[in-house]
Amino acid sequence: MSSLSRTCGRAGQYLALLCYLAFLAFPLLWLLSIAFKAPQELGTTDPTWLPRHPSLDNFRDAFDQQPLWGSALNSLLVATSAALISVLVAVPAAYALVRYRSAVSKAATGWILVSQMFPFVLVIIPLFLVLKNFQLINSQFGLILVYVVWNLPFALWMLQGYVRAVPASLEEAAAIDGCSRPRILFSVVLPLLTPGLVATLMFSFVTAWNEFFFALVLLKSPEKQTMSVILTHFLGAEGAADLGPLAAAAFLATIPSLLFFALLQRRLVNGMMNGAVKG
Amino acid sequence: MRRRNFLATALAAAPAASLLSGCGDDGDDGTLDYLSLAWQKESMEANKALVAEWNKRNPQRPVRYVQGSWDSVHDQLLTSFEGGEAPDVIHDEANDLTDFAHGGYLADLGELLPDGLRNQIPERTWDMVRFGGGTYGVPFLQEPRVLVANRRLLDDSGVRVPDTEDPWTWDEFEAAARKLSGKGSYGVAWSMKEPVNQSVNLSLTTGGAVFYREDGKDVVRFDRRDSYVAELIHRQVNRERTAPRGSLGMSGSDTLPGFFSGQYAMVPLNFSYRQQVEQQAPDGFEWTALPMPAGDLGPGSGPTQGMSPQTLSIAQDTKRKEDAMAFIAFLTQPDHMARLAAGDWIVPTGRKALRDPALNTRKHDWRTGIGMSEDLRASPVLGVRGYAEWKDKIATPAFQEYYSGSIGLDDLRGKLVEDGNRILARYQR
Repeated sequence: MSSLSRTCGRAGQYLALLCYLAFLAFPLLWLLSIAFKAPQELGTTDPTWLPRHPSLDNFRDAFDQQPLWGSALNSLLVATSAALISVLVAVPAAYALVRYRSAVSKAATGWILVSQMFPFVLVIIPLFLVLKNFQLINSQFGLILVYVVWNLPFALWMLQGYVRAVPASLEEAAAIDGCSRPRILFSVVLPLLTPGLVATLMFSFVTAWNEFFFALVLLKSPEKQTMSVILTHFLGAEGAADLGPLAAAAFLATIPSLLFFALLQRRLVNGMMNGAVKG
Repeated sequence: MRRRNFLATALAAAPAASLLSGCGDDGDDGTLDYLSLAWQKESMEANKALVAEWNKRNPQRPVRYVQGSWDSVHDQLLTSFEGGEAPDVIHDEANDLTDFAHGGYLADLGELLPDGLRNQIPERTWDMVRFGGGTYGVPFLQEPRVLVANRRLLDDSGVRVPDTEDPWTWDEFEAAARKLSGKGSYGVAWSMKEPVNQSVNLSLTTGGAVFYREDGKDVVRFDRRDSYVAELIHRQVNRERTAPRGSLGMSGSDTLPGFFSGQYAMVPLNFSYRQQVEQQAPDGFEWTALPMPAGDLGPGSGPTQGMSPQTLSIAQDTKRKEDAMAFIAFLTQPDHMARLAAGDWIVPTGRKALRDPALNTRKHDWRTGIGMSEDLRASPVLGVRGYAEWKDKIATPAFQEYYSGSIGLDDLRGKLVEDGNRILARYQR
């Protein structure tokens, strides 16, 4: 009886998981389906999952109409740099906030939380003026800085949790062995933070990759624009859209995020399962 | 070890980002930025070709084509105006220029306009871009609303097929929709995802306007002539059932699958939607573009409809306004204006461009749009400060509730007029 109920319970779990996966995958699969459909198939009231006459025309049109390669490279450059810099800044900052408890660190933690509450429409014009003063308008470096600043509070919050989970006794042991603070951070704490680093990297990368509004207003030159901006060029007024090429380009735009996750998720899981940290 | 490699790679890659500091703006290199909102393939090609031609002829004052998007142009411009980094030549629509003109962000083109350009566009069209005594854009493309109809269903029904010389009256249209309805199909599908512009603009056919000037101030009224078309749509959806309730939440594109399947016999759409219809229609599907019905409520009513033309403006901060104007004059030369109109599947504003043989053809019913151009007038919303807030906060939900039958005409009037005038008053203190 208990074996039967266990089996039923497990089957239910798998069924729920399957439903959840289908729910998550639906938009992507539908996007893929549209990307391979001819315009006539898009205007039917009887849509099918599989295109009746699969064609690459939408991909060809998307590449013909917009600089997809260039914009993808721009997005890659901006998102990767923003993610790496965010993590590089966040790691020592999170370590300091966790290990050096004082009124200042408490205030800093609170301020980081408050800074997350500003909507971007509130900051965009002052930010624009600041960047203009530093001649960083229409500059990918300026956009990277903005993304770093924008991602940093959340990255810090994420990493603080991971740093807190590293037992202080490990660091004390290293200190007794003669390690300096930086050495403790880089040789003892950092390897144990791998899952946190990977999660923060992924979060920062995906946020920067998908971000639209800052990229729209800060980058003027077509050759510097990122993919999220280029995708809107398939949209017309009052809901009109070049649906096929838009779906093709949007599908291509999701691939780097998927690849990034596929490459790093093993490190995320490995790090979690390493078991170096036992309570 | 592998973990160390991974972290080392991450650390080593970081300095590469610093090299990006070289990717900054080059400053003012003497090039004019032209923000274009063309989005259809042919239209983008026409724009880029004209920019290339200009650059070939004018190497000393080059223009850079910058692609924008209708979806985000207002926010993009607002931010760049505030930051003093706006594009030099701006493609937009008249409706969007009001607040920018009042904010001092756009150059007054009055003194800059060459006579040739000034004379080729009718005065009534220039009126659409004049606010507070200034001229803030060159209106170069315009787009009427048309009825895209299923040709076979229309012929089978035996209803009179209207043309621009003899359009339907609203009563005839209502009767035709009844004849075209039945067996699960509807005579017309009103796409009302954005109901305000079309409700206001079509009120001109019955001599209404919704927005009026009284004692030097803009006010909203919603009397019989203003509400006539809205009442008709409400009747078709909720009483006669000749229009589906389901289409009220749709955009124009969303109604096309139902149109192609024969579920809807007619769909009111902007003239440029013919491109999507032509592209997506199944093989053998015949369609036609008919003029919107004309009002017959006596003087002041007729085929006139309001619209907001596409415009070319110059940013106030631009140092080379004469060069920018010369480029706009080049883009709007009659043959170039006709090319841009053909690429966008819409109607040019210039008298000579309207006579271009490529546009005066029965193919894709170009002649319907060309024929309607005489009856296009400035949308009453143009130049009304506070219109955007009135539209978003009051009118859009109110019209949607009314068309779906959730509220009656008195409630709609109360919201549009009483609540609406409070908003407008705030902008006119």
